[in-house]
Amino acid sequence: MTQGMSAPILEVTNLTKRYGGLVAVKNLSFSIAPGEILGLIGPNGSGKSTAMKSIMGVERPSAGSIKLDGVELAGLPSHQIARKGVGLVFQHSRPLARQTVLENIKVALLPDKLTHLFADKDTDGKARAIAARVGLAGVLDRKPATLAFADLRRLELAKAVARHPKLVLVDEPFAGLTASEVADFSQLIREFRVEGRAVLLVDHNVKSVSALVDRVLAMYLGEWIAEGAAADVMRDETVRRVYLGGALVSTARAESLFSDRTPVLQVENVGVCYGKARALQDVSLHVHEGEFVSLVGLNGAGKTTLFNAISGLMAYSGEIKWAGRPLRPGSPAQIARSGIVQCPETRELFGEMSVRENLDLGGNALGGEECARQLNWLFDLFPILKARQSQMARTLSGGEQQMLAIARALMMKPKLLILDEPTLGLAPVILETLSRALDRLRETTKITLLLGEQNVTFALPHADRVYVLDHARIVWEGPPDRFEAEAAANYL
Amino acid sequence: MKLRPLPASRLFWTGAAAFAVAMLLPLYASGYVLGLLTVAYYTAVFAMSWDLLFGFAGEVNFGPTFLIGVGAYTAGILDARLSPGISIYLCILAGAAAAVVAGVALALPALRVSGPYFGLTTLVAVLMLQNFIIVAADLTGGEIGLAVPDVITIDASANYWIAFCFMTVSGAILFGLSRSPIGLILQASGQDKVQAGALGFNVTKHKLVAFIVSAFFSGLAGALMVFYMGTASVGSFVDISVGVQIIIAAVLGGRRTVIGAAMGAVFLIGMGELLRPLGELATLIVSVIALCVILYFPDGFVGMLRGGARA
Ligand SMILES: Nc1ncnc2c1ncn2[C@@H]1O[C@H](COP(=O)(O)OP(=O)(O)OP(=O)(O)O)[C@@H](O)[C@H]1O
Ligand SMILES: [Mg+2]
Repeated sequence: MTQGMSAPILEVTNLTKRYGGLVAVKNLSFSIAPGEILGLIGPNGSGKSTAMKSIMGVERPSAGSIKLDGVELAGLPSHQIARKGVGLVFQHSRPLARQTVLENIKVALLPDKLTHLFADKDTDGKARAIAARVGLAGVLDRKPATLAFADLRRLELAKAVARHPKLVLVDEPFAGLTASEVADFSQLIREFRVEGRAVLLVDHNVKSVSALVDRVLAMYLGEWIAEGAAADVMRDETVRRVYLGGALVSTARAESLFSDRTPVLQVENVGVCYGKARALQDVSLHVHEGEFVSLVGLNGAGKTTLFNAISGLMAYSGEIKWAGRPLRPGSPAQIARSGIVQCPETRELFGEMSVRENLDLGGNALGGEECARQLNWLFDLFPILKARQSQMARTLSGGEQQMLAIARALMMKPKLLILDEPTLGLAPVILETLSRALDRLRETTKITLLLGEQNVTFALPHADRVYVLDHARIVWEGPPDRFEAEAAANYL
Repeated sequence: MKLRPLPASRLFWTGAAAFAVAMLLPLYASGYVLGLLTVAYYTAVFAMSWDLLFGFAGEVNFGPTFLIGVGAYTAGILDARLSPGISIYLCILAGAAAAVVAGVALALPALRVSGPYFGLTTLVAVLMLQNFIIVAADLTGGEIGLAVPDVITIDASANYWIAFCFMTVSGAILFGLSRSPIGLILQASGQDKVQAGALGFNVTKHKLVAFIVSAFFSGLAGALMVFYMGTASVGSFVDISVGVQIIIAAVLGGRRTVIGAAMGAVFLIGMGELLRPLGELATLIVSVIALCVILYFPDGFVGMLRGGARA
């Protein structure tokens, strides 16, 4: 749209970032004009976040030039780059845990001066105005730990724009958000454009990115592969092959096909309260042995709470039975040993250990030979993990961490696998891989799957049966083919 | 409808009562008690300075006694060598200045490394100072200790007032700093330095300033204490166990509160003295109490007072 109308504000030329022998970004060049939104897409680990961090100065570029309004940024420390007018919304929310939402925003408004012993009178007003703009006005006095997922993302956005940056870098703003939240965020980002800021946007939500951006740049293995109007780039042969992948196919089985009379997992009238707030109310569901069940619900509906109750991480009323016997009062470790393995939304990787060590810990209980076989199968499934075996888990890209979390859970050869939002941060092509892996598991093993998702495009094709959780209650149950007609209003 | 008391009000009244008692004490208490409190007040400043670094800047300084020791010994040695040709106030200022210089020399390299390594660096610094003092016995008095010819005054209540005023003023400055925008930036740098950098804050600069302030008050308190005690020894100023005592005091009183650190210090020294007749058992009892508070009230005394008001 605005392309060609004004001189670029950001000019990146031959940017390269190496980590030891690994080249995360290779000779990348692009530019963004004021009031333009450039979308950056590419499979997991292709170097998108690294490119952003290099521009922000969080990582020091190995080579190349980054010019903002003609001023060279490469090599400067991040606080100077921030003061020159660049703001970054990190891929993972990192609020100050002990401060309130308002204080978190105020921090971003403070000058970097040691003489500044008293806050300006207008800081408070400014912080409130920013909060209102991003939709945080109602939760100003809460601590971040009590916020809903989307509000945490809003807070990151608020901090990044507090200083009116000329260039805003936004890393995966839509990940984990519901359709209506994505619409809100898109609108906020569109406002940056109206204000004349340049925006660099990374996200795997191809539809929303396409609708929002003026131009798209696709990366693969650290390199530029295509650039242009969103529709054209998405049609590009290489982009399709390495990033978009094919459509997911559905293969639901009727409940009557499962012959066990008592379902292997029975959740009966379960309730959980956090203080006064009810997180789960009278929730009942069941899963047969070998069945794949999806639990669909928006953020905050209570999916993670239910999974934590099953895993023994949380006190609940009611009863949860596994193979006919109550799970209570088993400890989380006992429950895990009985074959129930949760792959949590928060991943819980051992950040300071290598990829291989994380996987070996998962396979701890298996015999040597079986462990090796399982490991080979998983490396087959996620080849990138094989290539990254000795890398520290903390330094993996967002999507690579997600793959590692899933792989580690599978290393435990679970009887019941609970996947909480597995699609978070995964590129479309990896969703397809994961999808095929689940199909293969379903055909070759007796594994039972409980999948928590709000991404129904992924949740439906992999379910024999679907439950919908809404505001702490189960509101719908049925086969996936009836979902669209009866329960889809909030999700599509 | 009744006004609900502010959560901090109980804390406020406790503080006010403690302050009043401290003001009236010299009228009634014995010289012995005043002497004890004098030491407690200096220790309180050590603990508050430590809290600024750990509670706010997020850096665990295992070597508070490095800064204290440099301040104390610099002041003591100057006086021992040059007295009566030098004013003890000059010695005290020199002690504080030396602590700042030594602090910067330590912090500049130490802040490059993060996490536990910072703490280890500071620990090594204490051991180095300790060894230096023992090796350079001609200068420092070595293991026997350094006798300082001058003291500020021998009047117990005057000493008490000096320590009390010093603690109050340093406490007010440290507390004010912790509540200022700089304190907030320090907390941000401590919790997530990458994010703080991306928000435009020079993290190293802020942490260095926290270190300098901490070093200044530690060194100043150390130097003042030398001229109260009349001697300086490794056992009372530098030893690791003194540092541990300071850290426990700060944690016991309540991290990130500054004021709590002072409460913890007075409590620890007071309890140690009350239980002294029990001999070795005293240390054990104090340790057990400290452990219980830390385990069950991770926010320390201040947390207890605040929590109590909320219930
Ligand atoms: N500190 C590091 N040390 C070694 N390798 C690293 C480090 N940081 C990143 N990498 C690697 O660089 C590559 C690029 O990572 P980056 O985070 O930029 O990917 P991304 O495109 O943002 O992926 P995603 O979509 O999954 O977020 C990844 O393969 C990652 O493992
Ligand atoms: Mg990324």
